[in-house]
Amino acid sequence: MVQTQRNIEVGPLPKTNETIIKCEGINKWFGDMHVLKDVNLTINKGEVLVILGPSGSGKSTFIRTINGLEPIQQGHIEIDGVSLSHDLKDIEAIRKETGMVFQQFNLFPHMTIIKNITLGPIWVKKKPKAKAEKLARELLERVGIPEQADKYPGQLSGGQQQRVAIARALAMQPEIMLFDEPTSALDPEMIKEVLDVMKELARSGMTMLCVTHEMGFAREVADRIVLFDGGEIIETGTPEKLFDNPQHERTKLFLSQIL
Amino acid sequence: MSVDLKLVEAKQMIAPPSPSFSIWDWMRKNLFNTWYNMLLTLLAGGLLISIGYTTLTWVLTEAQWAVIGDNYKLFMVGQYPITALWRIWSALAILTFMFGISAGTFKGTMLRLSYILSAIYLIHIVAPFTANTSKIWLTAQLVMLVFSYFIGAKIPYSKRINIVGWAISIPIVLLFIHGFGILPAIRTNVWNGLMLTLMLAAVAIILSFPIGILLALGRTSKLPVIKYFCVGYIELIRGIPLITIFFMAQVLLPLFLPTGLTIDNVMRVMLGATFFTAAYMAENVRGGLQSIPNGQYEAAKTIGLNPVQTTTFIILPQALRAIIPTIVGQSISMFKDTSLVAIVGLVDLLGIAQSVKSNPDFLGRHMEVYVFIAFVYWVIAYSMSYSSRRIEKSLGVGER
Repeated sequence: MVQTQRNIEVGPLPKTNETIIKCEGINKWFGDMHVLKDVNLTINKGEVLVILGPSGSGKSTFIRTINGLEPIQQGHIEIDGVSLSHDLKDIEAIRKETGMVFQQFNLFPHMTIIKNITLGPIWVKKKPKAKAEKLARELLERVGIPEQADKYPGQLSGGQQQRVAIARALAMQPEIMLFDEPTSALDPEMIKEVLDVMKELARSGMTMLCVTHEMGFAREVADRIVLFDGGEIIETGTPEKLFDNPQHERTKLFLSQIL
Repeated sequence: MSVDLKLVEAKQMIAPPSPSFSIWDWMRKNLFNTWYNMLLTLLAGGLLISIGYTTLTWVLTEAQWAVIGDNYKLFMVGQYPITALWRIWSALAILTFMFGISAGTFKGTMLRLSYILSAIYLIHIVAPFTANTSKIWLTAQLVMLVFSYFIGAKIPYSKRINIVGWAISIPIVLLFIHGFGILPAIRTNVWNGLMLTLMLAAVAIILSFPIGILLALGRTSKLPVIKYFCVGYIELIRGIPLITIFFMAQVLLPLFLPTGLTIDNVMRVMLGATFFTAAYMAENVRGGLQSIPNGQYEAAKTIGLNPVQTTTFIILPQALRAIIPTIVGQSISMFKDTSLVAIVGLVDLLGIAQSVKSNPDFLGRHMEVYVFIAFVYWVIAYSMSYSSRRIEKSLGVGER
């Protein structure tokens, strides 16, 4: 919570060595299809991890297993010391730690922007309404659209809606933010405004997992890049290493197709 | 974003060509454009004119509307004792009062509906057949409506006041009509006419709504016991005609109940209608639930809402909004289906019509009687569908 409220001026924080997400031997099947094959990944607090890969490679599925939206059949996930199990209490605890932003925004269309953002704080965190609204307005300020508070999602552009979705996730004051292709449904001229918010968030020290196709963003912001293909992690490394000196044939192939 | 980006210097705006609205042009274009269209137009026109002419002649010259005026009290409240009519008027006054309050608070649809209500009151005040005491009561209703409208407009906008007001007024209305030991009891077998029709419809529609929602949620539940109970209930009820349910309520139910315990006739029919409508409501609501994209559930989960909160705040409000047209359609059809109770011996509006037309004084006047009750049904059903269309518009259903 302290980290999310730090301003840009503070600059990048030193990365800690404290593990916040630990995934061990994750396997998942959709019916007979093996979509995640023995995925192992450890993420440190404050780290910005970008997940790349061709479509259908399992990267979205993987990010959705972390907050329990997709159940896994084998393996072990631990978030900030809490094991993700079938126990509803654990899942609830983990969802309080993680915020998520979706490709399709998934704002609640029948509620105003301010209601969208305050719903979680008021009903889950039991915050008084006035406090929740104050926080919501601060967050709207932070994502650059304070004047839209009383409109409905349908009255906003895609980029503005996605920034509201980020504010809604931040309102729960999570330790980790998960981004599932946040700019893929946006018109080109709106991608930048969302990426800017994400960059600011990364600089403030938030732990972030981003599934994205934005290579510029990955190169500029990521501490580490993971390349998925066919349900497994093919290669991991810093942006420089992965973009300029890829080791694996499939990484080279993927990069040659998109760059 | 506020930077005014102009990629191309805008050309001068050109107004769209103005559409011509001449009736002759329109007719030539749509009705008389080919020889066979001309033929069809003339044929259809001739048919319409002849039907309209005979209908109007019947309504204005041949029909003897005295049968309606002479039996007006019967049509409205049946055999409800004349000495106790003040209780119905008072009950109506309470409803009128709440109507005015809601019209003052919400304006819009409620205001339009209260225009319709005032028009109905006014017509009855000037109608020659209305008894003088009734005219006084009706004038009082009208004054009450205007008065409460201004109260509603004055008090700060509050949904809660309206909901609580309606919730309190319904038991008071029932107290006036039934008595419940405080006022002298008036047995339900003299609850007749339009009053019975409206009470049956109101009870069935209002009570079936929450039951229907629960059944729909139960049917989509993951718990097998609840799920299959709801599926079984819905499919069972939907497979039985309403008239059969009424017969069972009248004939079979007393056999199953322990001796000594009896449920009133009208009450049994109300229960039957409610449980029947609930099954259909449940299917409507389920349709609404299915229209909610999965992303809404996921978003609710990720901000930590539990399943109950997700249903109340996210899913139901959107689902119900999407099915307003079907809910109102269901309500209208329930309202008209109440006429089936005439078959099981209750004397609703249709039942009164049957007994009036068999009165020797009015032999052969069945046409007038049926046309009149058809008109009454139409006015009420149309008001319902009219308000549904307005509510849809104001909520923006179908425009998202």
